[in-house]
Amino acid sequence: MKKIVIGVVVTAAIVGGVAALVMKDGGYKLTDVLSGSPTKIGMITTLSGGGSHLGIDVRDGFMLATEMANANLEVIIRDDARKPDIAKSLADELIQKDKVDILTGIIWSNLAMAVVPAAVNGGTFYLSPNAGPSALAGKACHENYFNVAWQNNNLHEAMGHFMKGEGLQKPFILAPNYPAGTDALTGFKSRFGDAEGEIFTKLGQKDYAAEIAQIRASNADSVFFFLPGGMGIAFMKQYASSGIELPVFGPAFSFDEVILGAVGNSAIGVKNTSQWAYDLDNAANVKFVKAFRAKYDRTPTLYASQGYDTANLILSALEKASPSDKDAFRKALEAADFDSVRGSFKFGSNHHPIQNIYVREVVAGDGKKPTNKLVGIAISDLQDAYVSECSL
Amino acid sequence: MTLALALEQLLNGIQFGVMLFLMASGLTLIFGVMGLINLAHGSLYMVGAFVCAYVTGITGSFWLGLLAGALGAAIMGVIVEVLVIRRLYQRDHLDQVLATFALILILSEGTALVFGSQPLWLDIPSILKGSIELGSVIYPVYRILIIIVGVLVALGLYLLISRTRIGMRIRAGENDREMIGALGVNISVLYTFVFAVGAALAGLAGSLVGALQSVEVGMGEPVLILAFVVIVIGGIGSIKGALIGAMLVGIVDTLGRVLLPSFFQWFMEPSAAASVGSSLASMLIYLLMAIILAIKPKGLFPAND
Repeated sequence: MKKIVIGVVVTAAIVGGVAALVMKDGGYKLTDVLSGSPTKIGMITTLSGGGSHLGIDVRDGFMLATEMANANLEVIIRDDARKPDIAKSLADELIQKDKVDILTGIIWSNLAMAVVPAAVNGGTFYLSPNAGPSALAGKACHENYFNVAWQNNNLHEAMGHFMKGEGLQKPFILAPNYPAGTDALTGFKSRFGDAEGEIFTKLGQKDYAAEIAQIRASNADSVFFFLPGGMGIAFMKQYASSGIELPVFGPAFSFDEVILGAVGNSAIGVKNTSQWAYDLDNAANVKFVKAFRAKYDRTPTLYASQGYDTANLILSALEKASPSDKDAFRKALEAADFDSVRGSFKFGSNHHPIQNIYVREVVAGDGKKPTNKLVGIAISDLQDAYVSECSL
Repeated sequence: MTLALALEQLLNGIQFGVMLFLMASGLTLIFGVMGLINLAHGSLYMVGAFVCAYVTGITGSFWLGLLAGALGAAIMGVIVEVLVIRRLYQRDHLDQVLATFALILILSEGTALVFGSQPLWLDIPSILKGSIELGSVIYPVYRILIIIVGVLVALGLYLLISRTRIGMRIRAGENDREMIGALGVNISVLYTFVFAVGAALAGLAGSLVGALQSVEVGMGEPVLILAFVVIVIGGIGSIKGALIGAMLVGIVDTLGRVLLPSFFQWFMEPSAAASVGSSLASMLIYLLMAIILAIKPKGLFPAND
């Protein structure tokens, strides 16, 4: 009997994964057929669990752009539940069964690494609205892969640069142990130099007592953390009641509007870096923020802006070419001939953006929750560090 | 590492262990008395957390929420026991695993239907925010509360099982299920009671932890896995084993996360050490389980020997 029980532990260990697989196939189809056969786009993103608000905003931004353009697209949306194996099987299904022309949507870099190389090698276009692992910008770059958001290091590089300029000397830095986490700390250190302390946490970790104790015991003069989604909320809440007074910095991922809503006023005064801000003053952005607020009744996060830009990039390319003519369509994507909500925007030779990175400060909002306010530019026209490793 | 840091990490380990004990004690009790492998125990933890978040949101009182979380999980436990679990006691373990796995799916999907798939955020009451000084250690008040609750529950369970009539029946049930039925004890009421107690403890754990972290669908499964590790280490069916096992797992996991990365820094560069150390730390408790089972195949304190 005891043997059976030990077998059960193993069974229990796979329960989480299988349960998610069975449960999360709750995608839905949005078809908008005006004339002819629509271009098919597959979107694999995270719509449940602790990372869900990122995927929801990418989806909502993307769908808003397609509705505003009244586009002839068929978007098939699937939930990956932040699990690489689920993302991989969804990608296979979308490519082989649904025969999509373009894939997009993945939030997490470990999922992107599981899906993207095989998809683009098989001839499908992949446009990343979020994840930008260093491998895909450098050695493993591909002609069919475009990143519309940023290369992973970018926002952290900019924060390293900014904190150095602020005269900070001994930051304590932490990030989850997955490709975007290592890129984050690499990016930060490439501009700042070495940190006082460095910790990799588990992806999806929710209790940070051990890490906060190490911060308390260190000689650090500041804290830099990259913890997107629910991880950032849990960390900030626990940090706020720890009694540690060190100033906190991070990329926009650690302080988006949803995180600020959950964390509340303890985040006021925190500086963060972003390639976009909702109060960035350009015509495309004003239109986007207004339409997004009207439709969804909330302020968009940077993820929503990335989804919106990704859709508009696709639409701009579809005006010039069909995805079936791969060379022409690729050329049209490379031109990036659309009004990005982040202002001036162009692709480098590795299909990653060259763009300004801004600094935002968390201030008290009009309602109960604080909000981000644009305060300046951290680095202008930043290009990623891996472009020279790419053969394109 | 300074003494203060070591002590704080030890407290963190104990706090984690206490939380695991709340889960594992119910699991081990249910297995010990009814011989049932309950994979849905993590779902009861989730139900407790959601009820707590909901009631706290309506009433504005976290204490009421906490009470409701434990009670809500207990009520859900009774419903599940009467409708499903009761039919499984005579079946073999594979059937139990299959049925309780189905319960996980039903409860998760049901919770997502009612509350949505976005995490809920519970705030701890302002009286418990902040930290206090314990000698040289500064420690969050709320985590101290979790430790106190855990100690009280352990004490309560000990008294319940060793000093009361119902405890006597539970012990008798663990030893000889047929005989206690033959002696005229209403076994099905006893089983429902034990199941409800286990569910209430899981709900209490979910509510306490939900306030610290987040309340979301699927939050119970990672904890369930750890709770199974705890009861296998401690010896299945033994409350004492669950307590010792939970403390072992809590402390080993916490200290491993802290010490392994700095250990690897002696002979690796810092970022590689941080990465290797944290990867190895996440395997540590399974290594612990393997070693303990190699030496004591029935766990540290097997119940029926």
